[in-house]
Amino acid sequence: MSTETHATPGASDAEAEATEGRVYNVAGGDWDELVANDEERGPNEQIVVNMGPQHPSTHGVLRLILTLEGETVTDARASIGYLHTGIEKNMEYRTWTQGSTFVTRCDYLMPLFNEAAYCLAVERLLGIEDKLPERAKLIRVLLLELNRIGSHLGGIGPFGMELGATTIFLHGLRMREYVLDLFELITGLRMNHAFIRPGGVAQDLPAGGIEAVRDFLRKAPGWVADLRKLIDANPVFKARTEGVAYLDLEGCMALGVTGPMLRATGLPWDLRKSQPCLDYETYDFDVPTTDTCDAYGRYLIRMQEIEESLRIVEQVLDRLADRAGVVNDPWLVQDAKIGWPARLSLGPDGLGPSPEHIAHIMGQSMEALIHHFKLVTEGFRVPSGQAYVPIESPKGELGCHVVSDGGTRPYRAHLRDPSFHHMQAVSVLCEGGNLADVIPAIASIDPVIGGVDR
Amino acid sequence: MVTPGGDEPGLPARQDTEEQADAPVIRTGMFGVHGTQDTSGYGRLQVHRAPPIVSEPPYGGYFDAVAEALASALTADGSGFGDAIERVVVDRGELTFYVRRAHLLAVADKLLHDPALRFEIFSGVSGVHYPNETGRELHAVYHLLSITHNRRLRLEVAAPDADPHIPSVTPVYPAANWHERETYDFFGIVFDGHPALTRIEMPDDWLGHPQRKDYPLGGVPVEYRGAKVPPPDERRSYT
Repeated sequence: MSTETHATPGASDAEAEATEGRVYNVAGGDWDELVANDEERGPNEQIVVNMGPQHPSTHGVLRLILTLEGETVTDARASIGYLHTGIEKNMEYRTWTQGSTFVTRCDYLMPLFNEAAYCLAVERLLGIEDKLPERAKLIRVLLLELNRIGSHLGGIGPFGMELGATTIFLHGLRMREYVLDLFELITGLRMNHAFIRPGGVAQDLPAGGIEAVRDFLRKAPGWVADLRKLIDANPVFKARTEGVAYLDLEGCMALGVTGPMLRATGLPWDLRKSQPCLDYETYDFDVPTTDTCDAYGRYLIRMQEIEESLRIVEQVLDRLADRAGVVNDPWLVQDAKIGWPARLSLGPDGLGPSPEHIAHIMGQSMEALIHHFKLVTEGFRVPSGQAYVPIESPKGELGCHVVSDGGTRPYRAHLRDPSFHHMQAVSVLCEGGNLADVIPAIASIDPVIGGVDR
Repeated sequence: MVTPGGDEPGLPARQDTEEQADAPVIRTGMFGVHGTQDTSGYGRLQVHRAPPIVSEPPYGGYFDAVAEALASALTADGSGFGDAIERVVVDRGELTFYVRRAHLLAVADKLLHDPALRFEIFSGVSGVHYPNETGRELHAVYHLLSITHNRRLRLEVAAPDADPHIPSVTPVYPAANWHERETYDFFGIVFDGHPALTRIEMPDDWLGHPQRKDYPLGGVPVEYRGAKVPPPDERRSYT
């Protein structure tokens, strides 16, 4: 055992032990020696274990303070804030369009949902919800459902690894890579896209984009089936998750829990059905539920939601194919005071305004140049007021509260992140259970600390 | 005040309402540039703050049902709707009750437990700092969801900077716990009755409340290809 680390910095071992009891640390040592020295402790001493903030199964920098009696967790507290980056404060110093670049970095497993919630809220403030072009809505739904698949796989894969099953991890992450490939093709980036902008999306689908998604749709059901064959009836996985992290409907209501955790209690509450935006009511899909209230049920729901998302993506592609004949189908709101003025194209030094647009503003139209200059430097003004727009993210209700004072920057932007909200349930999920069950309990919430801390 | 142009055809005419002319000026000129010799006339442009919206019934949609149910629940309890609710705002299809802070807990209790209201899901607290609203600088904005009736509602409570106390709703909505800690951490609103109101995102020994408007963003200039880019809060702003 090392004598260098202490619970209280600066205190010697003797001082720390006088105030906090026996201090153990993780530097290793001789087990026999440890046991021999500890015989006086007796079998039922309480041990406080500090799990994290650096721990592979805490989904980032989450710190758990667990009080143990033997193997039983009697008290579990989550401590967060290790990844706080001040995104909300930073947005108050950028234009409304730039806000998209910041929110996308909150929950990095579902960046497009952050962007969509923020942009829908800004669009409500602008009063252009009804003027959103059809193509923009279709591209948004396409990206959101692909992102839902990616986010669930990013939850299930590491879930397997945390239980010691690296095969699940590799298979889950392999399929997620294909989703990220699609994102890279469509938005240019694997994450931090800033692709959904107030008023629509940044660009149209690229050439070959629809074919690439179709190709993914042909292969994805096989991959999902493989994963389910591997996990669904796996005796080890079931032993670790069934009956673990139990939270029934009453608990979910009291703690305001939504998403797969709520649907695992049997309540089919999905904002895409109950309070739809982006025309979700016109798509044909089911809301999977179970009534097991445990970690296994939440896994099953996530798996079934991947299958439902594939169905929605297929319908979006059909609708996009139907619109293939529409000439000049816009993907950004047709309002010269709001819509980003430049069409983008890939030039020798990266993505930028297309040569046609440069020729137009520099050689043909003074007004176009003024519009471009005003929108790009100053940004558009948003009428004063506030809006809260919730959407059904892979993890539950993701809401965005934006306040405008009539200026070109958000007066206040706040994300109601489902991971942040659901981390409050950690105590309820873990207390009274085994220490080993803490890991599947956390994984079944599927928190991402980027979203928790923002 | 009549803006230049009057009723002349072909020129924009805009008659400011009495309220608006009295409202404080929030912006002058354009492009946020000051101290230059302005010959364009834009320097004299004045923009007044929009007057607060007050909605009168009928509010439309389910909003009337919510207001009536809350009114009858509050009246049955001895306090009237007008005592607890300062004003009602219906804006952009969202319903907001501005609640007097002394009545917040009673209103939250009715909203959760009354069968006609049943806002079961607590969707978070968001603080907003309005330094120029003297006497009510700090706002806490609560979002509630009723799964039973498929409705949403926003509550807004204001507190002065000098006395930043708002009763905690954790006794009614346990899920408010972390949200109130976050709002305390970032805005310094003290939620009375909260079981453990400590900082949640910032370190425990942090000074100040970072998301208040008087708290600087901070930052250092960044050099990129020989040019210095000033920190975001020192760049030119288009107010």
